[in-house]
Amino acid sequence: MEWLAGLGHSALSFFQRLGRGHLLFFAILQGLPGMVLRPGLVVQQVYAVGVLSLIIIVVSGLFVGMVLGLQGYNTLVDFGAEQSLGSVVALTLVRELGPVVTALLFAGRAGSALTAEIGLMKATEQLSGMEMMAVDPVRRVLAPRFLAGFLSLPVLAAIFSAVGVWGGYFVGVGLLGVDDGAYWSQMQAATDFRDDVWNGVIKSLVFGVVATWIALFEGYDAIPTSEGVSRATTRTVVHTSLAVLGLDFVLTALMFGE
Amino acid sequence: MSRPEEHLVRIRDLHFSRGHRKIFDGVDLDIRRGSVTAIMGPSGTGKTTLLKLIGGQLRPDAGTIEVAGEQVQRLSRSRLYELRKRMGMLFQSGALFTDLNLYDNVAFPLREHTRLPEAMVRDLVLMKLEAVGLRGARDLMPSELSGGMARRAALARAIALDPTMIMYDEPFTGQDPISMGVLVKLIRLLNDALGLTSIIVSHDVKETAAISDYIYLIAQGRIVAHGTPADLERSDSAWAQQFLNAEPDGPVPFHYPAAPFGEDLLAGRESRQGGR
Ligand SMILES: Nc1ncnc2c1ncn2[C@@H]1O[C@H](COP(=O)(O)OP(=O)(O)OP(=O)(O)O)[C@@H](O)[C@H]1O
Ligand SMILES: [Mg+2]
Repeated sequence: MEWLAGLGHSALSFFQRLGRGHLLFFAILQGLPGMVLRPGLVVQQVYAVGVLSLIIIVVSGLFVGMVLGLQGYNTLVDFGAEQSLGSVVALTLVRELGPVVTALLFAGRAGSALTAEIGLMKATEQLSGMEMMAVDPVRRVLAPRFLAGFLSLPVLAAIFSAVGVWGGYFVGVGLLGVDDGAYWSQMQAATDFRDDVWNGVIKSLVFGVVATWIALFEGYDAIPTSEGVSRATTRTVVHTSLAVLGLDFVLTALMFGE
Repeated sequence: MSRPEEHLVRIRDLHFSRGHRKIFDGVDLDIRRGSVTAIMGPSGTGKTTLLKLIGGQLRPDAGTIEVAGEQVQRLSRSRLYELRKRMGMLFQSGALFTDLNLYDNVAFPLREHTRLPEAMVRDLVLMKLEAVGLRGARDLMPSELSGGMARRAALARAIALDPTMIMYDEPFTGQDPISMGVLVKLIRLLNDALGLTSIIVSHDVKETAAISDYIYLIAQGRIVAHGTPADLERSDSAWAQQFLNAEPDGPVPFHYPAAPFGEDLLAGRESRQGGR
């Protein structure tokens, strides 16, 4: 009987959080038009959220591309198809690994930072103070961060894929002897702009919304203590990763399913 | 009924609880326009909570809170924000924005709510910082300030928009005797020169009483005594006497409500034995 009550309780608090999350989401959306007048705020956040994530994105992209080049070559060479390495590397990156891995790295690097920052602002009464100064923290603090995350993630994903393609090139062409011209021409022939590139961009836009939303909500909804903020930060990383992987499957099924 | 313009804040039959703990149990309180009103009471009775209720950050369970003739809990969000532009609040924790330096902290409300040219913002900010003695510290970050300095900086920010009402939550905590004296005078001066209405929550009885027109003593969810400082001095209310003279014995309990100490100790012994 007790576990039933416990189950009901967690279900109830889950749906309460879900409801609060959606209310916050719509409040943030309402704050977005005002950002046109305050581009400085957004630029500042694009720097914090996007530019500071660049290093981890570039380094990871390079290594993922190199591994793809190596593994792809080993598989393809058995079929004598190693010349199409370029298309394998590019398609894997643009369709899947670019958006997904970037979103996972984004959750760890930028999402956790956003949650901690906002949670601490709440814990130190900075958000209440802002409210008492008749400044809406959702518009002043959350909206610019949301826009920055939403804009940064697709760009980061594109950079990740581009660097990854170079990584594959170094290994495939530089080390393993795939033909230089074939690498690029196979890639161009196999990659369709609408089907592959555009679908990848849509994925990273969706992940950008979800990752930033979760990070902001967890911070804004955090219990205002050091323990509460620390738990919220962990939840950001866990929930974003799960949401991104789950959504990736759904989106892939919708886009490439038929 | 008194004329509405006489009182800026009118609280009637206020009830408020946190979880199962009743914080306010029928509080009536009036703040006269243009006066300095002190709210005192033992730690944990809900003075900060009262200020948050007046500022509309918390909603009462029952009763009404009127500020400038408007019921705070009934206001729409935009009307509430309009009202708050005319209210300054000094938070007990200071609540300075840690990512902005002192100058930008004080400039924040000006930049958010006015379209003043930067030169004028600068003049206003320096004026407010000068008033609290921190003009030279304007480039410091909040983390580089001492507790007392942070409090004064927060005060400068609270008065940046020249509000008609200011609520000070413990403005004197952590101040040395000199800055304390300056602050006490500053609060009274601001009030009289700008025609403000001030509410001070403070434990520094002597200093606060010296500049207050009226004092409310809150304990156990109720107003236990109120009057002008002179009234309270003379009153035979045990609460007033104990609080104003800082006597250890009297109706004000030092302890948070709890079971008798002896029982608590015995309960620990029983559970230890039960555990064996
Ligand atoms: N966020 C909260 N959640 C639950 N209870 C709270 C919360 N904030 C305050 N309380 C409780 O409300 C009561 C009143 O708190 P409040 O901060 O208003 O006291 P105070 O009179 O300002 O005390 P002090 O003089 O120490 O600042 C306290 O007993 C406290 O335990
Ligand atoms: Mg307090």
